[in-house]
Amino acid sequence: MKVEFYEKVFLVLTVVVLAAGLITIGASVLVAGVHVPSPAARVDPRTVAQTPPFDQPGLREIAPGKYEAVILARAWFYDPKEIRVPVGSTVTFKMTSADVVHGFELEGTTLNGMLIPGQVLTMTTTFEEPGEHLFICHEYCGVGHHTMFGRVVVE
Amino acid sequence: MTGEAISLQRTAGAEAATAYPAEQLRPIRWQLILGFVGLLIGGYLGLLQALERVGVDLYRASQIKTYYQGLTLHGVLLAFVFTFAFTNAFTQYMTMRGFGRPLASTALVQASFLTALLGVVLAGYAMLTNQASVLFTFYAPMKAHPLFYLGAVFLVISTWIVLANQLLTYRAWRREHPGERIPLPSYMGLMNYLMWTIATVGVAVEVLAFLLPWSLGWLDTTDPQLNRILFWLTGHPIVYFWLLPAYTSWYALVPAQVGGKLFSDGLTRLTFLLFLLFSIPVGVHHQFTDPGIPTAMKVIHMVLTFVVFVPSMITAFSVVAALETGGRKAGGRGLLGWIPRLPWGNPSVAAQLLAMLAFTLGGATGIINASFTMNLIVHNTAFVPGHFHLTVGTAVALSFMGIAYWFVPYLTGRQLFSRRLALVQAWCWAIGALIFARGQIGGGLESMPRRTAIGAATYALPGWDVSNWFTAVGGALMAIGGVLFFIVLFGTLFNAKRVEPAAVEPPLSEVIHGPKESWQIFDRIGLWVIVAIALTLLAYGPLLLGYLPANMTSPAIKVW
Ligand code: HEM
Ligand SMILES: [Cu+2]
Ligand SMILES: [Cu+2]
Repeated sequence: MKVEFYEKVFLVLTVVVLAAGLITIGASVLVAGVHVPSPAARVDPRTVAQTPPFDQPGLREIAPGKYEAVILARAWFYDPKEIRVPVGSTVTFKMTSADVVHGFELEGTTLNGMLIPGQVLTMTTTFEEPGEHLFICHEYCGVGHHTMFGRVVVE
Repeated sequence: MTGEAISLQRTAGAEAATAYPAEQLRPIRWQLILGFVGLLIGGYLGLLQALERVGVDLYRASQIKTYYQGLTLHGVLLAFVFTFAFTNAFTQYMTMRGFGRPLASTALVQASFLTALLGVVLAGYAMLTNQASVLFTFYAPMKAHPLFYLGAVFLVISTWIVLANQLLTYRAWRREHPGERIPLPSYMGLMNYLMWTIATVGVAVEVLAFLLPWSLGWLDTTDPQLNRILFWLTGHPIVYFWLLPAYTSWYALVPAQVGGKLFSDGLTRLTFLLFLLFSIPVGVHHQFTDPGIPTAMKVIHMVLTFVVFVPSMITAFSVVAALETGGRKAGGRGLLGWIPRLPWGNPSVAAQLLAMLAFTLGGATGIINASFTMNLIVHNTAFVPGHFHLTVGTAVALSFMGIAYWFVPYLTGRQLFSRRLALVQAWCWAIGALIFARGQIGGGLESMPRRTAIGAATYALPGWDVSNWFTAVGGALMAIGGVLFFIVLFGTLFNAKRVEPAAVEPPLSEVIHGPKESWQIFDRIGLWVIVAIALTLLAYGPLLLGYLPANMTSPAIKVW
């Protein structure tokens, strides 16, 4: 099959660029420690409000400077709506939905995940600076979707 | 259409004059019009969405109850109805054109149109009565009216019927032409529909095994995470199903329309073959942030996503090279001097050139979405609609409009109404889309969520205002482009001036390195279908087996 010289050059360049992209992404995972969510646990959304830890949503300290934030999403609010943590603390968010699919993006961080009924989502981040971060439901969850948000206050 | 067969004469290539039966062209024309009805209504709702975020609320005046009812109509009418119906029409035509013979079955041409129409009526009823405001992704456990799911099933069946006809026609042609290469235009359509049909197994299982019985009350619960996996098994390949008809036009017709030649038959076949193989085993890249999928699976699908970028890069090269031969023949000199020499005054060409331009930007933003870690910044933000209004919303939609500028005159025998308006239309849409995308992409990078009535939201972040204005102004410009398109379309449908169909049909591209040199193995359709299925099983088998047993815990919920 005849492939012209420029076509060959272009093909090779394409492969090189894409490989470089993949290597960069690999580096961001291995070196910078950016993670995507992975399976944590399953729950039954019908009884999740009685199932630990979702029977007691909120923040608790699990070690010095380390916290766990348990959040239960429902149409159209997060329980709890607000979380206050000290500067420098590392927080693991443990979340799920009691009804339809919701979303969770914590503005100003790389925390971004889907709250899917039946699945527990966990994500961890460290808050180095004082300030406020909105968390926003970014998956359509019904007519009140655009009213569903909360905030993390770092103080 | 006057009723008798149209006989065609073509200027380029060795194509023989062929007669296509009017009773096949007629349902093709109706299906095309059905697609454009989808564009008309869907596009109108797009305008409402763009304006909502700067405080202009046209929903009540339009009898639409909520933003989300409108968004469901927008997504379904544009992502399913417009694209499927147009693609069915165009592919059936290109199949005849490539094989140089009528389609094997007239009944199937009619059946494809009628099933698509039935699908639109059923799903349309459910959506217009606000009984299915679940958006076009219909994520469980939000429950739509059963007719919504049934309508979607019929829309998909209309595409399967086209594939059946392509295969029958291929068999008939093969009997008449033993040992010949499959003609390129037919090859492209065949690869696209084979890919798509394999891919539809995901949504078919999702709807038939879970959502339809569950919405009818025969099943109490479903598994939302499993349903999403099945949805995206089909939901990524669908974007190539939208795109490949545009590519088909860019490869098979546009080079001839600009007076140029395509370089390589072999690379073109390779491109479509790679799409058949690698469009499907990548769906999990829409689910990087889903909790129920192991990281290893996400990584595998991301790497394969980068592989499926290769055929688009080949396309960028091949199509630009073909355009360059045309521009140089017209006297273009220097590195870029050939570009202004392209026939920009031909609206069919101008629309598709602008579509290609949008696609380069769309592709670049696509790489960001596909990259695992960068995805975390943009996932489900307004960045994503910013990206896909450059791709499906412009590269595809504007190409389809450009194709319509010769296809509608060809199918109706009526002259294009106002070439000048058609030109203004293309520029309006393209410039509008760029401004719109600037707004959505900017908003997304500032954490603005997508699928959200931003104008009514009870929260906001600094910087969103500016983005919203870009979105609204760009969206309004696109809508003006849309209005102009429909003026041209209706003007053409009812134009008193007749044209000879053969005179408006673009010739097929000539190829410099012709099919004789291309590897024979490209044409081993059966073999490639098996490989594509095997790759799909490899990419999804371990994921699904590892996921089971299903977590059937979600009852149906209505939240609007
Ligand atoms: C007049 C032109 C158009 C305008 C002003 C427009 C506007 C919009 C806006 C503002 C959104 C985002 C809504 C949100 O996330 O809340 C959107 C979503 C969308 N648009 Fe368009 N659009 C137009 C044309 C198109 C075309 C031609 C297509 C495809 C062929 C298309 C496909 C989609 C899809 C699939 C969605 C996603 C719906 C969802 O998230 O459920 N749009 N559009
Ligand atoms: Cu929500
Ligand atoms: Cu929501």
